[in-house]
Amino acid sequence: MGAQLRVYKRRIRSVTATKKITKAMEMIAASRVVKAQRKVAASTPYAQELTRAVTAVGTGSNTKHPLTTQAETVTRAAVLLLTSDRGLAGAFNSNAIKAAEQLTERLEREGKQVDTYIVGRRGVAHYNFRERKIAEQWSGFTDEPAYGDAKKVAAPLIEAIEKETADGGVDELHIVYTEFVSMMTQNAVEARLLPLSLDEVAEETATKGEILPLFDFEPSAEDVLDALLPRYVESRIYNALLQSAASKHAATRRAMKSATDNAGELINTLSRLANAARQAEITQEISEIVGGSAALADATAGSDK
Amino acid sequence: MAAELHVALVAADREVWSGEATLVVARTTSGDIGVMPGHQPLLGVLESGPVTIRTSDGGTVVAAVHGGFVSFADNKLSLLAEIAELSDEIDVQRTERELERAKAEGDAAAERRADVRLRAAAAR
Repeated sequence: MGAQLRVYKRRIRSVTATKKITKAMEMIAASRVVKAQRKVAASTPYAQELTRAVTAVGTGSNTKHPLTTQAETVTRAAVLLLTSDRGLAGAFNSNAIKAAEQLTERLEREGKQVDTYIVGRRGVAHYNFRERKIAEQWSGFTDEPAYGDAKKVAAPLIEAIEKETADGGVDELHIVYTEFVSMMTQNAVEARLLPLSLDEVAEETATKGEILPLFDFEPSAEDVLDALLPRYVESRIYNALLQSAASKHAATRRAMKSATDNAGELINTLSRLANAARQAEITQEISEIVGGSAALADATAGSDK
Repeated sequence: MAAELHVALVAADREVWSGEATLVVARTTSGDIGVMPGHQPLLGVLESGPVTIRTSDGGTVVAAVHGGFVSFADNKLSLLAEIAELSDEIDVQRTERELERAKAEGDAAAERRADVRLRAAAAR
């Protein structure tokens, strides 16, 4: 076998191995998307009921709460960025990071100091590499977030927002995550979580336009709101984590699918080149033999005379 | 036929139970509260404790609920809890072990959780 042919054969073997791996990753991601989507759906009743309850307290009483009132001058804002622990997901992480950077820039232009909280190793690595400050970071659960993880993330954020601004507390809480629209579409979105605007919350609920009954609060409207709002934040973060996870798996699936397709194409091209090389080799051998025998015939013909 | 109310017991990550009931007893921060059909609209904060649901077919469903809310309006009752388990989902032996461990470690929250679970399991 010629050197050229051997090189092609070796490359075909290595690309085939890579293709097998990407194909497997594609299938794993596809099954995880379905699972993650199911989790998003399972968490919806709780989120819906909670939103309804928040709307009920908000509209049914004149309670003022630090989590719903807009500070007069916002000096510090927290941005929570949700990325994934692992890459190989196309532009998934860079889109989320880009959205967070744009938001940070906008907030800074408005004269606000920004504290960044990050979930997921990719985001942490990105910020560390640029030596930017991270207020707090979490990782290790982005593939399959549980409610406990959302609680863990929410706790320092709620603590920060309840603290006075002068003591290092924040006045606003923004979240940047990747919304799962469909298998093919995932958008990096940003949302202001706190202070909560009750009109927006009411708009989100499916119960729009419905007149909520006059609730009897047990023990009191303030206490209910006190207990309700942190849960609401947790449930929103949980939902964002789940959507991010579903989006990440969908992005991985798509990236791996195009990698598999590309590998297939590469194998085709390489096989054609290998065939051409083999054919060229054979042609060369034939012409060498023919040329050799012709030369031999000429030589013997000459010696006969 | 007795009047009924629709109950949905919802945990953060799933719907635990839903159906028709005639009476629901839950523990709020200001004491046990019983809700029957036609109750005044209510929104309350739940304590860790067992929730008893008397279903309209005469059965009883007991669940261990750890923190959360109860809201009632239009004959629909929602019990929202971060963690909720039906009594027959609770593994008594494992919970007893948990209780022992929580006591040994002095983890008050875990001890209370295990205690609520055991009480719910005992009430079934």
